[in-house]
Amino acid sequence: MKVKMLSRNPDNYVRETKLDLQRVPRNYDPTLHPFEVPREYVRALNATKLERVFAKPFLASLDGHRDGVNCLAKHPKSLATVLSGSCDGEVRIWNLTKRNCIRTIQAHEGFVRGICTRFCGSSFFTVGDDKTVKHWKMDGPGFGEEEEPLHTILGKTVYTGIDHHWKEAIFATCGQQVDIWDEQKTSPICSMTWGFDSISSVKFNPIETFLLGSCASDRNIVLYDMRQATPLKKVILDMRTNTICWNPMEAFIFTAANEDYNLYTFDMRALDTPVMVHMDHVSAVLDVDYCPTGKEFVSASFDKSIRIFPVDKSRSREVYHTKRMQHVICVKWTSDSKYIMCGSDEMNIRLWKANASEKLGVLTSREKAAKDYNQKLKEKFQHHPHIKRIARHRHLPKSIYSQIQEQRVMKEARRRKEVNRLKHSKPGSVPIVSEKKKHIVAVVK
Amino acid sequence: METAPKPGRDDPPKKDKLQTKKKKPRRYWEEETTPTGAAASPGLHRNKKRNRELRPQKPKNTHTPKKSRISKKPQILKKPREQRNPEPQRSLSGAQDPFPGPAPVPVEVAQKFRRIDKSKKLPHSKSKTRSRLEVAEAEEEEISVKAARSELLLAEEPGFLEGEDGEDTAKICQADIVEAVDIASAAKHFDLNLRQFGPYRLNYSQTGRHLAFGGRRGHVAALDWVTKRLTCEINVMEAVRDIRFLHSEALLAVAQNRWLHIYDNQGIELHCIRRCDRITRLEFLPFHFLLATSSETGFLTYLDVSVGKIVVALNARAGRLDVMTQNPYNAVIHLGHSNGTVSLWSPAMKEPLAKILCHRGGVRAVAVDSTGMLMATSGLDHQLKIFDLRGTFQPLSARTLPLGAGHLAFSQRGLLAAGMGDVVNIWTGQGKASPPSLEKPYLTHRLSGHVHGLQFCPFEDVLGVGHSGGITSMLVPGAAEPNFDGLESNPYRSRKQRQEWEVKALLEKVPAELICLDPRALAEVDVISLEQEKKERIERLGYDPESKAPFQPKPKQKGRSSTASLVKRKRKVMDEEHRDKVRQSLEQQSQKQAKAAKPVGARPSALDRFVR
Repeated sequence: MKVKMLSRNPDNYVRETKLDLQRVPRNYDPTLHPFEVPREYVRALNATKLERVFAKPFLASLDGHRDGVNCLAKHPKSLATVLSGSCDGEVRIWNLTKRNCIRTIQAHEGFVRGICTRFCGSSFFTVGDDKTVKHWKMDGPGFGEEEEPLHTILGKTVYTGIDHHWKEAIFATCGQQVDIWDEQKTSPICSMTWGFDSISSVKFNPIETFLLGSCASDRNIVLYDMRQATPLKKVILDMRTNTICWNPMEAFIFTAANEDYNLYTFDMRALDTPVMVHMDHVSAVLDVDYCPTGKEFVSASFDKSIRIFPVDKSRSREVYHTKRMQHVICVKWTSDSKYIMCGSDEMNIRLWKANASEKLGVLTSREKAAKDYNQKLKEKFQHHPHIKRIARHRHLPKSIYSQIQEQRVMKEARRRKEVNRLKHSKPGSVPIVSEKKKHIVAVVK
Repeated sequence: METAPKPGRDDPPKKDKLQTKKKKPRRYWEEETTPTGAAASPGLHRNKKRNRELRPQKPKNTHTPKKSRISKKPQILKKPREQRNPEPQRSLSGAQDPFPGPAPVPVEVAQKFRRIDKSKKLPHSKSKTRSRLEVAEAEEEEISVKAARSELLLAEEPGFLEGEDGEDTAKICQADIVEAVDIASAAKHFDLNLRQFGPYRLNYSQTGRHLAFGGRRGHVAALDWVTKRLTCEINVMEAVRDIRFLHSEALLAVAQNRWLHIYDNQGIELHCIRRCDRITRLEFLPFHFLLATSSETGFLTYLDVSVGKIVVALNARAGRLDVMTQNPYNAVIHLGHSNGTVSLWSPAMKEPLAKILCHRGGVRAVAVDSTGMLMATSGLDHQLKIFDLRGTFQPLSARTLPLGAGHLAFSQRGLLAAGMGDVVNIWTGQGKASPPSLEKPYLTHRLSGHVHGLQFCPFEDVLGVGHSGGITSMLVPGAAEPNFDGLESNPYRSRKQRQEWEVKALLEKVPAELICLDPRALAEVDVISLEQEKKERIERLGYDPESKAPFQPKPKQKGRSSTASLVKRKRKVMDEEHRDKVRQSLEQQSQKQAKAAKPVGARPSALDRFVR
C-alpha cells in the first residue's frame, strides 16, 4: 500500500510575524472561481454606480472679467497658464494652479475677437474690433515700464479671428478675407478670398502645417493651402458654421461646429459626406476643441452647456452645465488632456475635469490597478441594459430637457412624413438620403 | 510506469495476496521495493507526471541542452513566439541556459482556462465588430496560456492511495491508513461517540476549517475540527433536521422541528424565522447569500441572509420535499421527488427549469459535483445513477446496490461517496470532472451506526459522516483540491482577512434573478433581441439601412464614360452577383442531399419501401 494524504504545513500559509504581509496563495483554476461572469457583472454594476456617485466635474471658476469672455488660448509650454479675451477689449492671463489672474491688459477697444499664442510661448497675438492686430510679450512689463504691445498692425477692416502657424513665424487672420502675415512685416504675405463674405474663424492644421481651414457666414467651410495663391476647396452646408477645429492626431480630419445644433466631422479628402454627425445640443454650437489625444472633442453651445463627444460616436458621452453658466462662447481642452476650460457670457471662465469621476492627484499602484480593472469591466458590460441606463443617466436643466423632448417630437414627425412619402410613391422615385448627406448642400473645388 | 519488478533488497518474495496485505504499511516517501500495482487512486497519474515535470533529472556530465521539460507530453502548444532558437544563447560567463524561452504549455492544461466557446455561431456582423472579436479571441488564448503556465507555481500535490500488485484499495481499512500517514494527517481521523442524541447531520464551512453538527435530539455543536477547539455547544430542546453554516463560520442556520433558527458562533440565537416552518433540508448558496430551504409542506423558500428577506417561495407541487442539493456551478437547486423525478429550480422561475425522470421509485439522494457536469442520484429501486448535466440529462452509468444509497456526496476532485445503511462506499474516476466508475469502490468503511449525513471537507482529504452513533471523520486520500485560492476561501485566514473577505463578498453579491442553467450566458451575445431590434428598426425607418446599395458605376475620366459602357458595367456586376447566389444555393442543396443520403445508404431496412 502506498498512501499520501494532503498535509499542508501551516508555516507555509501563515505569516511569520505580525509585521509581515499576509500570505495569499493563488490558484486560477476556474472551478475554484465559480460564477465568474455574474460576479464580474455585479462588479461592473457597482463600478458604474460609483462612477456616477463620484462624478463631480466642476473644479473652479475664474472670475475677474468685466464683460463676457469671447476667446480663450492655451499656453503652448506652460500647462498652468491660460489667456482670455473679453468683450470689453480686456485680455487676462490666468494661473490655473493658483486660480488667479496674473496679468490684465486693456488690449483693444470693443471686443477682443481672437487671441492666439506663438508656438514658442514667448508672445501672443490679439485681434479686436478696432481693426488692429497686436503682438504682446507673454511676460509682463518691468518695473516702471508701460504695458505696450510689441507691434501693432492697423488694418482696413475688422479682423474676426486669428491663428498662429505651428512651426514658423507666420500667422493668419480672417475678416473680409483670409490674410497670411509674416510676423516681421506690416502687410500680409498673401490674401485669399472665395466670394464675398465675412469669415468667422481660421485654423492652421497642426500636422500638415501649411493647410488652413476657415468658415464663413455664407454657410461654407473653405480649405486653403498656404503654398498656393488660391483656396483648395469648399463645402456648403445647410446652415452657418461657427468654428472648425483640426484633429491633432489625424491630419485630414476636422470638426465643424454648426448653427443647426450639430457638429460635423469631415475627412478633408471626401467632403461630400461627413464622417460623423454629432447631435445632442439643442441650440447653436459656438465653439469646438479637440482633446490632444484626438479621440474626443468638446463643444460649447448657446444652450448653456458644454458636451464631450467621442470622435466616432454621434452622441455625446458627457454634458456639463451649472445653474449660473450662461451661453458658452469659447471652450478649450488643456494640453494634458485632463481638463476643460470654458468661457461664457456671464464673465466667468470655468475649469472642468475632462473625465467627470476621475480622482485627482497621485494614485497609488493599487488604486491605479483597481481603476484600470473597473474601467475594463465597465467596458465589457457596457451594453447590458441596466448598466447602460445608469451610465447614460445625466441630470439636465429643465430648459434643455424640455427642448430635447420637443425636438424629438419634431424629428419624429419629419421622419414619419418621409416614411409615408416613401411608402406611397413609386419605388425608387423618392431617394433615401442618409442623415449624413442631408445637411451637405454642395462641394466646390 | 515501471513494469519489470526491481530486485527487492531484503524483501521476502511474496507468496500470496494475503501476505502482501498483512505487510507493514509504508509511508509514501519510503523507498519503493516492489513494483506498484494497478492504479486505483485518483491522483496517481497526474502525480507521477508532475514529479517528472518538476524535477528533471539533469545529466551531470553532459551539457547538451534539453529540449523541453515535459517532452513526454504528446502535444505542445505551438506559438510562433515560443519557438526557441536552435542554438541556446550563451551568457557572459559562457554558461548555457538549458531551458531557453518560456516554459512550454500542454494543450489540455491551457484548454481548462479557455472561456470563449468557438463552437457557437454569432450572427453576421460588421467587419469592425468582427475584427474586435478576433482581437478578443487572440487575447483570450494568450491569457489562457499564461494561466496554464502559472500552474507550475502551485505548491501542493493531491493525495493518493494505491494498492500493491493487485491489492484492492477497498480492503484497506482506516486504521491502516492512519498508521501509514504522518501524524498531522492521522489526527484528522477521529470518532465522536454521541450515542444519546441520535443521528447527526453535519456541515463543513466554506473554508473547510469548521464543522457544525446537529443531532435529532437537539444537540447542536460547532468546532474548529483541525485544532479540535469547540466554539459552541448547545441543546436546542427540539429535533434538529438539518444544519448549515452561512457565508462564514460565525453564523449557523439550524432547521428545527417547527421553525428555522439562526445562531451565532457562541450559540446565541439571533433569529427565528417563522415564515420558514417544518424545514427538512437546508442549502446555502454562498455567492448569492441565499439560504434555500425545502419544507414538509412542499415549498422551496429562498431566504436572502444579507438582508433577511424571503426572496421567493416556490411551491414544488410534489408533496414533502426531503431531498435537496445545490449545483455549485450554477446555484440551481435540485429537488428529488417521491415519483422518481429530480427537478431543477431557480428563484427567477415559478416553474422548474428542468425535470429529469431518474428512478422507478422515489429519489432518496441527489449530489452534484463541483464542475456542475455530473449528478449522482439514488432511488428506492436500489439504483445509483450518474447523469450528465450538460444539456442532455442522460444517464452515463448506473449500478444496483444491495441496499441502495441513502446519502450521496461528491468531493472537490470528483470522488463519489454513498452511505448505505452503516457502510460508506467511495468511488473514484480518472480525475477531475470525469464520472466515477461504479464497478469497484475505492474505499469502504463500516460505521457504528446508520449514516445520516455525508460531506467531504473542502481542501482536506477528509469525509465527514454523521450517523446514529455520532460523527466520524474518515480519511480519503485524493479527495480534496490541494491548492486553494487565498482570495476565495482560505483555511488559514486570520480574523482581519475574514472580515475583509466578508465585505468584498457582500459587495459582489450576485442577484438571485441571475441564477440560470448556464452562468456564462450573461457574457454572450443576445442574438434573439438583437435580431428583434433590427427588425423593429427596419419597420420604423421604412427601409433597411444596412442593406447593400446597388452597384453604381463611377464615371470614368477622359471620355470613356459613355452611357452604354456604364450600363454594361452595371449589368456585369449584377450578373456576377446573381451567379454567386446560384452557386451558393446549389452548394447548399448538394450538402443537404449528401446529409440525407448517408443514413439510408448505411443500412437499408425493409420498411424503406414505404418511405416517400
